[in-house]
Amino acid sequence: MKRQPKDIIASSRTISRRALVLGTSQIALMAVLGWRMRSMQVEHADEFRLLAEENRINIRLLPPARGLVFDRNGIAIADNEQNYRVVMVREDAGDVGEVLARLTEIVDIAPEDLSRAMEEMQRRSPFVPVTIAERLTWEDVAKINLNTPALPGISAEVGQSRVYPWGADLAHVVGYVGPVSDYDLSRIDDQDPLLQIPKFQIGKTGAENKLEHTLRGSAGHRRIEVNAVGRVMRELDRQEGDAGKDVQLTIDNRLQTYAQARLDGESAGVVVIDLEHGDLRAIASAPSFDPNLFVRGISVADWEGLNADKYRPLAAKAVQGTYPPGSTFKMITALAAMEDGVVTADETVYCPGHTDVYGIRFHCWKRGGHGNINLHDSLKQSCDCYYYEISQRVGIDKMAAMARKLGLGTKHDLPLSAVASGLAPDKEWKSSVRGEDWRIGDTVNASIGQGYVLASPLQLAIMTARIATGHEITPRLVRLIDGVEQPSGRGESLGLNENTLRRIRAAMTDVCNNRRGTAYGSRILAEGYEMAGKSGTSQVRRITPEERAAGVTRNEDLPWERRDHALFVSYAPLDNPRYAVAVIVEHGGGGSSAAAPIARDVILQALYGGAPPLDAYPASQRDKIDQQQRRIEARIPMGAKSQSRA
Amino acid sequence: MSYLAHNTQHVPTGLRKIWYINWPLVMLISAVASAGFLMLYSVAGGSTSPWMEPQVKRFGLGMVLMFIVAMVPIWFWRNMAFVAYAVSIILLLGVEFFGEVRMGAQRWIDLKFMVLQPSELTKITVVMFIAAYYDWLPLEKTSRPLWVALPVIFILVPTMLVLKQPDLGTSLLLLFGGATVMFLAGVHWAYFATVVGAGVGAIVAVFESRGTSWQLLKDYQYRRIDTFIDPSNDPLGAGYHITQAKIALGSGGWTGRGFMQGTQSRLNFLPEKHTDFIFTTLAEEFGFVGASTLLLLYLLIVVFCIVSALGNRDRFAALLTLGIAMTFFLFFAVNMSMVMGLAPVVGVPLPLVSYGGSAMLVLLVAFGLVQSAHVHRPR
Repeated sequence: MKRQPKDIIASSRTISRRALVLGTSQIALMAVLGWRMRSMQVEHADEFRLLAEENRINIRLLPPARGLVFDRNGIAIADNEQNYRVVMVREDAGDVGEVLARLTEIVDIAPEDLSRAMEEMQRRSPFVPVTIAERLTWEDVAKINLNTPALPGISAEVGQSRVYPWGADLAHVVGYVGPVSDYDLSRIDDQDPLLQIPKFQIGKTGAENKLEHTLRGSAGHRRIEVNAVGRVMRELDRQEGDAGKDVQLTIDNRLQTYAQARLDGESAGVVVIDLEHGDLRAIASAPSFDPNLFVRGISVADWEGLNADKYRPLAAKAVQGTYPPGSTFKMITALAAMEDGVVTADETVYCPGHTDVYGIRFHCWKRGGHGNINLHDSLKQSCDCYYYEISQRVGIDKMAAMARKLGLGTKHDLPLSAVASGLAPDKEWKSSVRGEDWRIGDTVNASIGQGYVLASPLQLAIMTARIATGHEITPRLVRLIDGVEQPSGRGESLGLNENTLRRIRAAMTDVCNNRRGTAYGSRILAEGYEMAGKSGTSQVRRITPEERAAGVTRNEDLPWERRDHALFVSYAPLDNPRYAVAVIVEHGGGGSSAAAPIARDVILQALYGGAPPLDAYPASQRDKIDQQQRRIEARIPMGAKSQSRA
Repeated sequence: MSYLAHNTQHVPTGLRKIWYINWPLVMLISAVASAGFLMLYSVAGGSTSPWMEPQVKRFGLGMVLMFIVAMVPIWFWRNMAFVAYAVSIILLLGVEFFGEVRMGAQRWIDLKFMVLQPSELTKITVVMFIAAYYDWLPLEKTSRPLWVALPVIFILVPTMLVLKQPDLGTSLLLLFGGATVMFLAGVHWAYFATVVGAGVGAIVAVFESRGTSWQLLKDYQYRRIDTFIDPSNDPLGAGYHITQAKIALGSGGWTGRGFMQGTQSRLNFLPEKHTDFIFTTLAEEFGFVGASTLLLLYLLIVVFCIVSALGNRDRFAALLTLGIAMTFFLFFAVNMSMVMGLAPVVGVPLPLVSYGGSAMLVLLVAFGLVQSAHVHRPR
């Protein structure tokens, strides 16, 4: 169309003017963009850089290898084994169902594992490896590796898991590990990030639990780069953690295994302590359980079975169980009275078979009485009336003090679950705890280790060790941590009159070696290995006057739970003693008949460092002992078998 | 003989036109496109496929088209303006009825040899048609209501069609592109003031009514608007993308993390990293230096267009050049504001850089028109 030059000039002018307006606002807008860019990229760059790093970097913990536990001879009693597991990556597998079907043809996999793995794979991202089965055998791993081309996405991985080669024999000492639970986390104040790893294994009982911090080690970590959906792209760096420290216990695995085998069929406990360092050579409790069951996750049936067993396999009777010490307490009553000077060694007390104290009749075990009896014979024959008499002279407080001095009534510091403190009662205890006044009858009861007195086999072993040495022997369970020797348990002299101690020891010697001693049947004949000891039989029921009149029911005729506890404490050899032993056989009957033979067998094993020659035993018993030895020998390799199974 | 016809006697002819092409503009366009190739290579993890290679081919094709368009006299294009506009409206309607649905929107039409996005084409044809309209319209009628209403309808028809696809970003560009040409042509200030005033009033009314008895929108619509305006309200949903984009951009710092070293894009934290959010990759890998250089290149392209238009006495040529420059400006300004968190995410690609065939070809054809106007300007 036609347009006049005037119009063209007007048009150009308008366009120019308005173009300048627009151009200016454009430049202003770009300035805003530039300013914003500067603000983000220059001023706040560090914040954004940090956010970007947080986006891409994940820190994964590397669990350290758990420290091993050895016995005093360097035999592993808590070991780490290679745990082969088969994992699957969904995105590499293609047809998951078909690959799994092929896998089950090659190796046995429980259907519930399979369905759990399937479910987990659906839930997780396709690139996350999901564990299908654990604890495969090496043959299974080899089969899987051989069939790799037919099993896309499947691979075998190796991890570590705890194994206890000696199974039940050390279950109460070393304990077991298990996956950390919410309950554990709520109970322990531990900021260790390792505990946040799902299924991280921590010590649950025994030394595994008490030495947790030594054994656990510290976490390493690796920093990995992940993309937006969490796929691991590469590892940026890795810092290995510190492996847990190895621990060597004072336990002698061979002796421990023997003791467990010797206790087979009983509900019993044995403690063997050496007198040089207070090393606990064996802490056996029977029956026991297989700690490996707990590592793998115990089945409900197994768990209920353990709990329902009336012999309480889960209880560590040797350190955790407390029993009235019975006549094994008489050394304490005697020592307290002698130290106090209320009785002399040669003074005799008349035993008519019973003592009346303020109208209550206390009986001696021997109905006819022992007649006039002195300290030596009262221990040898375990006369009760003698102690009824001298305890009234010395008083409960001095007896309790002596008991504590010899290691009763105090909790010994050992890395074990539930170490019992027992009870050495005195007047103050009764008034503050029971709110009652102490009665003279309580003292009389306590004098023969009945009534309120409670002690664990561990405490009785310590008591015996202290009497045998006159020194303050404290128990030691850990010998080396990471190669560093732990302090010896041999302490200072107890400050007891050596003459008095010698009298007590002489009486204990006669208990086992005098024809009239209560444990003469359990004597040791081998020269230089002879044993001194004291039996104890503690009642768990009250014998009523009517029953006594009708004739006391024999133990064998009572139901198991109502039979007496059998106890025995001993040390050997007589001069220069090396070991002290305490035995409890729950509801075993008489201490000299049920407990003393066990103490003798165990202490002989300890002294000989293996099976003793048969001529260490009285000739009449040798055939029986020989059979017993063979039976136990046949059982001991069971422990070794469990090692090869591991 | 018209004034134009008289003056075009001095317009170069034949291949000699090549010498009169605005070569600095060609250089700038190539530089920006090359930055795009580099980034597409980087986001593919150091590979020419799948994005860089097709993009280079399209750019080559686009450059050929640009030169062909530039060689054709500008008055031919003015005469073709209505046809182009009509064709693009038909294509938009075609998309409406026969279009392919991709990524939840109906934008594409399959032309067998390539998949065309008619809304891209419309960005240019609307500007072209409005420019031609004002070239035709006598100056004194420019601000008369009836003659103002007409181009408003021409703009609103394609805008509504695009909005229906739905493609908010493109419809906004169409609206602003058309309005820019009307503004440049000299339509009275009062019209724009009224529209802006009414728009602001409507927005204020919508927000003011919230929570009152005369609430204009439903609650869920308000919530959607909230997220749209400030995505950080919804950090795992809509906000995730913009948050990640800002992290990428900010973490670039002064000089960036280095070519192909951007963790945000390499590890897929960035959304749409080869299309709408490609600028964040560039900013992450080349930092403030790289990002502001690109911004400067864009600025120069706009400035060269404006300078070319100001020196052009042909009304159509000037309006068209400025309209295209403004559309181009809106393209990258909206895209950058979007990825920097200054504007809501509306889905506008970064011109010449983002991966995409239609946009690239249409932009180069548009620059062909700018070149044609430049070459054939009255002397």
